[in-house]
Amino acid sequence: MAPTDQREAVFARIREALRQPAPHRHADHADHGQEDSPVVDVPLPDSNAFRAWLPAVGASLEDQIVLFAQNAAQLKADFRTVTSVEEAGRQLAALARENNWKRIATHRHHFASGLDDKLGLPCLSTDIGYATTDLEQCDAAITGCDALVAQTGSVLVTNPGAGGRALSVLPPHHIVIARRSQVVPDLASALQLVRKLYAPNWPSFLSFITGPSRTGDIERILVLGAHGPKKLTIFLLP
Amino acid sequence: MIAFARDFKKAAARVTADLKQRAFIQRALGGYEATRDTTRRKFQNWSEARQAASEIKWEAVNRLDKYLQEFIAKLEARGTRVFVAADAGQARDYILRVAKENGVRSIIKSKSMTTEEIHLNDALEKEGHSVFESDLGEYIVQLRHEAPYHFVFPAMHLTREQISDLFQKELGSEPTNDPEALTMIARRVMRQKYVEADMGISGANFAVAETGMISITENEGNARLTCALPKIHVALLGIEKVLPRLEDLALFLPMLATMGTGQALTCYNTLYSGPRQPGEVDGPEQFHVVLLDNRRTELLADSEQRDALHCIRCGACLNVCPIFKNIGGHSYGTTYQGPIGSVITPHLRDLQNWKHLSSASSLCGACTETCPVGIDLHHHLLQNRHNAMREKPHWWEKFLYTGFVFLMCRPGLYRVAGKLGAIFFPLHKFVNGTPLDPLQNWTRTREFPSPARESFTDFWRKKKLNGEGNHGAH
Repeated sequence: MAPTDQREAVFARIREALRQPAPHRHADHADHGQEDSPVVDVPLPDSNAFRAWLPAVGASLEDQIVLFAQNAAQLKADFRTVTSVEEAGRQLAALARENNWKRIATHRHHFASGLDDKLGLPCLSTDIGYATTDLEQCDAAITGCDALVAQTGSVLVTNPGAGGRALSVLPPHHIVIARRSQVVPDLASALQLVRKLYAPNWPSFLSFITGPSRTGDIERILVLGAHGPKKLTIFLLP
Repeated sequence: MIAFARDFKKAAARVTADLKQRAFIQRALGGYEATRDTTRRKFQNWSEARQAASEIKWEAVNRLDKYLQEFIAKLEARGTRVFVAADAGQARDYILRVAKENGVRSIIKSKSMTTEEIHLNDALEKEGHSVFESDLGEYIVQLRHEAPYHFVFPAMHLTREQISDLFQKELGSEPTNDPEALTMIARRVMRQKYVEADMGISGANFAVAETGMISITENEGNARLTCALPKIHVALLGIEKVLPRLEDLALFLPMLATMGTGQALTCYNTLYSGPRQPGEVDGPEQFHVVLLDNRRTELLADSEQRDALHCIRCGACLNVCPIFKNIGGHSYGTTYQGPIGSVITPHLRDLQNWKHLSSASSLCGACTETCPVGIDLHHHLLQNRHNAMREKPHWWEKFLYTGFVFLMCRPGLYRVAGKLGAIFFPLHKFVNGTPLDPLQNWTRTREFPSPARESFTDFWRKKKLNGEGNHGAH
């Protein structure tokens, strides 16, 4: 027999369960046993309030870029500030030689475009559809991004901003091309930015990438490159 | 005694006696504590953040019907198929049907405790599907045919030597004691599985009601691959995972990472709001979200303990729990170990069979103190004991307490009993530790202190008679 959705039954149970109100408990239990504060519809704390509690971020763009660089270093990501697309191209060519790249993957991107041509390597573009096995053979992926988050050293990627779901995670080396204007102070501002860019037609995928893939599952010893990229290089263009 | 309680006692006694294992676990958790503290110190105000997290989860759980409806409507509007399962059986049947209808052969999974809760792997394998856990720790315990030891660190009980032996035996790999080399062995195996898999199964850490998104937190990239490559993605999550607003993640993601692993942010925090949309270059053709009740509504109905549903499964309460540190994760015999497991398992399974977990606690409160969403864990352990006793009182315990109260209310009788105790206690040494010993539950592993030679009352009276007791009198 095919399973049937128990939606109505579950919702009925939820509503029944919630008929008995719960005490509005506060995180501090030191006053346990005393009268709990009454249930009042005070507005929930929002992302502006969170900013005062989360790790501090400088107000100026310069401060934020410095913080991003510090976080990236701690995360073992390779963060490079470059003065032009040409310079990024030269450094990319050096990376390709050092790491002996045979083939790369990328996507159509308004300011990363053209970088791959200069490398003179076979290049897969995810824009026109691709076979997973082909992408898996690539040594590196060059993508754009939607934002860089100073507070956490994260790169925000989405389907349109980074060539789909797999490009930024399957090849062993992920190269991100970003602009200074994409640096945002914290997670809340990054989420507000994607809201402005896409809502209500959200990309089906968005991800905060915070350093190269890692695991600590064996004796809690850090190993980079568990299933995703072993290396993450971020170029910051003016 | 109930079989589960007997197994628990046996397993706990075994691990407690294994000093090497205990030292290994405690060293690992010591490392966790140090990194957690460094990361937490970077918060400008942790206690305010914690308070807010608690209030946001309170809002979500206490208006669960509203937020779940919003979550489901948003997902369905973008082509996601949502199934609400009343219990484990329905969730399994639904996922099996999706697999069957699509001719699925190979399934790749990313870490999900909810799939452990419904024993999904066994059900899928019985139907002839091959299932591979892609998270390194989960893959290791899967190869060992073992349950996860800890719901955040599934293989924390194993040494690199044990893992090397396992990989040699199961995968035919070369022996190595290098964690990096071991990780690369698993990476190579799993790459092949990703390419072959027709279906990816994941859990979710949060469900954002406002935008209809699931949020998955991970370090390895295995969940991202699981949700990107196969043509079908199924996510299984408990109904309590809801957060009201998208921006709530700006608070919850850093808090989860800080308390879960001591990281400022976990490597990948990914949001999925549907299958591949028009104009997108990849992603699954089908996205199924299975929302699981499985007696969570029983816990919801208990307004006193409802806040246990605020849990974000960071595992912080396990990491600080003196019981967990000494008996280890497998002794619990539950999907969710540690204090939170002891609190919710009696609700998710059955109170009388699992009440013993709530008694295996010193009620020290370390769990409550560490919980990032402010769940009153040790109070709930006490509450479980209370509920168990109210539901099924023990006549002998009632009898003992009645006797105790009777004795304590009568000072004369109490003094006589004390004297008798002191007279007969020397006889105890003849039965000490033997099955005849009435105190054997205590004396099997500890010494019973002998009573004082004279009671405090006698001592005080003597002092007074000697005139020494008057110094402090006014």
